[in-house]
Amino acid sequence: MIQYIIRRFLYALPLLIGVNILTFVLFFIVNSPNDMARMQLGQKRVTEQAITNWKQQHGYDLPLLWNATATNEEKVTQTIFYQKSVGLFLFRFGVSESGRNIGADIQERMWPSLALALPTLIVGLLVDVTFALMMVLFRGGYLEKTGIVLCVALMSISSLFYIIGGQFIVAKVLKLVPISGYDDGFSAIKFLILPVIIGVFSGVGSGARWYRTLFLEEVEKDYVRTARAKGLSETQTLFRHVLRNAMIPILTGVVVILPLLFMGSLIMESFFSIPGLGSYTIDAINSQDFAIVRAMVFLGSVLYVIGLLLTDISYTLVDPRVRLS
Amino acid sequence: MVILWTDALIFVLIIVICALAIYLRDKEHIKRPLQKIAGSKVGVASLVVLLFFVLIGLIDSLHFKPTQDKSNEVISCLDYLAKPLIEHVEKTYSAPFATTLYSKEIVVLEDGSTQWGYPRLLYGGSYLVNPESDLIPDVSKKAIYGLAQGVAYGSLPILFYLAISYKRQRKWIKLEPIPASTRTVLLVTFVIVSLGYALNYLSSYYHVFGTDKVGEDVFYQTVKSIRTGLVLGTLTTLIMLPLAIVFGILAGYFQGWLDDIIQYLYTTLNSIPSVLLIAASILMVQVYITNHEQSFTSVIVRADMRLLFLCLILGVTNWTGLCRLLRAETLKLREMEYVQAARALGVKKSTILIRHILPNVVHIILISVVLDFSSLVLAEAVLSYINIGVDPTTYSWGNMINGARLELAREPIVWWSLSAAFIFMLALVLAANLFADTVQDAFDPRRNAE
Repeated sequence: MIQYIIRRFLYALPLLIGVNILTFVLFFIVNSPNDMARMQLGQKRVTEQAITNWKQQHGYDLPLLWNATATNEEKVTQTIFYQKSVGLFLFRFGVSESGRNIGADIQERMWPSLALALPTLIVGLLVDVTFALMMVLFRGGYLEKTGIVLCVALMSISSLFYIIGGQFIVAKVLKLVPISGYDDGFSAIKFLILPVIIGVFSGVGSGARWYRTLFLEEVEKDYVRTARAKGLSETQTLFRHVLRNAMIPILTGVVVILPLLFMGSLIMESFFSIPGLGSYTIDAINSQDFAIVRAMVFLGSVLYVIGLLLTDISYTLVDPRVRLS
Repeated sequence: MVILWTDALIFVLIIVICALAIYLRDKEHIKRPLQKIAGSKVGVASLVVLLFFVLIGLIDSLHFKPTQDKSNEVISCLDYLAKPLIEHVEKTYSAPFATTLYSKEIVVLEDGSTQWGYPRLLYGGSYLVNPESDLIPDVSKKAIYGLAQGVAYGSLPILFYLAISYKRQRKWIKLEPIPASTRTVLLVTFVIVSLGYALNYLSSYYHVFGTDKVGEDVFYQTVKSIRTGLVLGTLTTLIMLPLAIVFGILAGYFQGWLDDIIQYLYTTLNSIPSVLLIAASILMVQVYITNHEQSFTSVIVRADMRLLFLCLILGVTNWTGLCRLLRAETLKLREMEYVQAARALGVKKSTILIRHILPNVVHIILISVVLDFSSLVLAEAVLSYINIGVDPTTYSWGNMINGARLELAREPIVWWSLSAAFIFMLALVLAANLFADTVQDAFDPRRNAE
């Protein structure tokens, strides 16, 4: 098992290197640090001196890949690639354009993100699976037809509509919860309850539909017919057999996104002003803070790769048919 | 005539679709699912709605310069048709069918004295002498009149159809019942044309969806946004398809190192959260555009360039899913007897790929194209909200929502911009989703078995 994990881990390393190179190309070669400086300082009439100062201040005044003027190993280390990109592997995110330590910011902001994303995921999963099971249980009837139509309708509505509408009706008109904000500890619940409900609601259309197809595929199988033939009722087959077998793809689908929950949800957090990583990213995008965006891109891919790793492992744990190879 | 980049690509896309349609016209394995789609009421109804949207988008894609002088102004045929709407600019917000502005101002009365009140609109219902009492009768009168005209236009296709079927059969009495799907098509066309005409008729007298912050007609904005949504939904697929098809089939068929490289490529791209990749790329495009201002002559060209870049980026981030599906399917197909037989007979590899593999994965491609369309339209709104979507000067539903969402905090609230954007978006996405469902039902061999 440990050997398997190590092998999967080594397999993940080239992926991260690829991501790193991609972001490096995107941020430093497609646009040179000069372009970025001009963008940050305002477009018109920027003196060369100002650009040089800005670059020096942010550590962009080095050569990209190879520093010919330095000595020995500094030829490699005194470059933008080494300073800005290689450090990401060791989770040294550096400082943002506004001078804050990105690593500390991320550590601080990842918990509110998680506090929002985890309940949304769990409640959403429960609601989706229940809804899908209902549709499968009453398949062929009017209830299923209505369910499908409802799913398509829910899917077709923009998630922004749920957020704006929910925030307006529940928070502003009915005044049941605060409109937006966040608090530490358990008092955060009153701020989180509405975003969680909205998050669940906006995902239920596509989620329930997806799980329904999973269940339907499973219902057609031979073992279900056997179960029915030996006299189990429809509900018993559904809950005892179909649900358990369909749990395998469901669980693995959830495991992949589990680490990504730390990244938070961009629009949710910015609408409800929750100080998580999602709103952090949005702020960075809006203020064109390239250092933060770069760090978040790398962090996101690291978490995704961890998710893949966990999926592989969970497959072997959950599904006895899958062997380590 | 001015051809913007996205215009050109849209017309290329239409030519490609037409060519494909002609090529596939007689193919039996495509014909049967198509007949199934034609037989489904929901399918044809949503198709008619989609075609109506496409028509508006196409009219909006024909750009030209309205004047001969050297100004850089470029307008589309739709702008030309909607000239009164563009010119009817008020001062600021006004509600749908309102005759006064949304906010109070100091109004100068006829006798020179001033008063604190709601000023009259410059265009919306300005001909009414006594707006309080005349508004509702006038709106209903105009609505009925417009609807009547719309009904007249809307029944033209029905009469046309009846005339043709009469000509074929030469007798009225034993008229064959109209097939169910044709009836649906006629009905949906009738409803859309009548309502559309009535709206259009009313919009020349009132602001049917109100006006926005700078007094622009919201109806005009939503209609203009249709093109943006369609461009994003279709051009992205145009960009993503070649990548996905070529890489997916090659990886599945050749395996070995080629497969490894392609798998590595798409896992790497996949591992970057797509929103962040889009954000990073759009930031880079912004930097590029601001530093190369001289090559973008006018606002519309710059906005168009950014739209194209957005399609490009979305295409690059979206091809991985389809690629993986195609790879898996090709892996299955290459072990099939007919492919092995072709190989044994010494058929060239390229011929096997094009003649034997590609036609057998067409259904996967079609399904994913239709499914992606609606999610792309929805994604546009979210991306524009985070400011990494289309250019702020482009008309799009995302920009409308973004511009209007803060106005909900006002008292009384400004709801019309949001609602108009959401309703139009819902109509397009719902039609696309329903159509996608029908396509999937018709083309998916697993569903056919039922």
